[in-house]
Amino acid sequence: MRIWFPRLRARSRQPELVCQQVVELVTNYLEDALSAADRKRFERHLAGCPHCTEYLAQMRETIRLAGRVTAEDLTPGMRTDLTDLYRRWRAEG
Amino acid sequence: MNWGGCGEAVIGDSRPPQSEGDTLPAMESDEGLLRRLRAGDEGAFVTLVERHNGAMLRLALSFVPSRAVAEEVVQDTWLAALRGLGAFAGRSSLKTWLFTILVNRARTTGVREARSVPIADAGPVVDASRFGPDGAWAAPPEHWIEEAESRIDAVKLSELLRIVLDTLPERQREVVLLRDVEELTSADVCQVLAISEANQRVLLHRGRAKLRRALETELGGAPR
Repeated sequence: MRIWFPRLRARSRQPELVCQQVVELVTNYLEDALSAADRKRFERHLAGCPHCTEYLAQMRETIRLAGRVTAEDLTPGMRTDLTDLYRRWRAEG
Repeated sequence: MNWGGCGEAVIGDSRPPQSEGDTLPAMESDEGLLRRLRAGDEGAFVTLVERHNGAMLRLALSFVPSRAVAEEVVQDTWLAALRGLGAFAGRSSLKTWLFTILVNRARTTGVREARSVPIADAGPVVDASRFGPDGAWAAPPEHWIEEAESRIDAVKLSELLRIVLDTLPERQREVVLLRDVEELTSADVCQVLAISEANQRVLLHRGRAKLRRALETELGGAPR
């Protein structure tokens, strides 16, 4: 038996994305670098795929956690060196 | 980050100071500090150093072979910034400007540029073995986001990410550092590193995927 989906056929010129493609497009999606058509395909896949939705959420969490990685504090040695540097620069005129 | 200079008055700047939410006291803006620095205020310079030196050192370490050389590059950068103070028009943020000077200095100092560095390592960012023949997940990502908040403390998690960052290929590390750790815009990252938006995205993609994988391994118990 053959079922005909006229609307679906007319719309889907490009094949749907599979998970393995979606994970490779995640950064372009987050960076808003996908074409409008690809963005739609990406979001259509997410709507039906809890695993890729989870993957995307994990990427967002990864980015958030990376933003919390702190740099080391200024060491007393560097503070002294840089204060000296400032004073030498001032003396340059 | 060292929030040195917290609590000092904000001078003549209507913009809200850059701060993480409402948990930190108002911090004098870089613009305000620059005005004081131009007026010859040594304290303003020290505050700027406290604010940016750690990030500059971390970035420099990605380009040069040793900490001693990295510290030299950072000092050269501060001196160049002081000498160029009159030319800094504020079109980019001070941080972006400092990073741009630093990367230029580091590249002329470092030995790395002599080697040819590929834009990215090849292959998919999620191992092909985790997908079935139809390209659908066979070993899907496990939940760990809630674990990131509760199972181990934030300091330990930061330490893990710091270690993973250090293991990334340099180009990936630089992009992830600037974009996700320092939270520069993609345009600023491209300016600092003198790379195209497309290259930046490729490097970011690979770097971020490795950080995610490290978190999954630590928190999710998923296959390595």
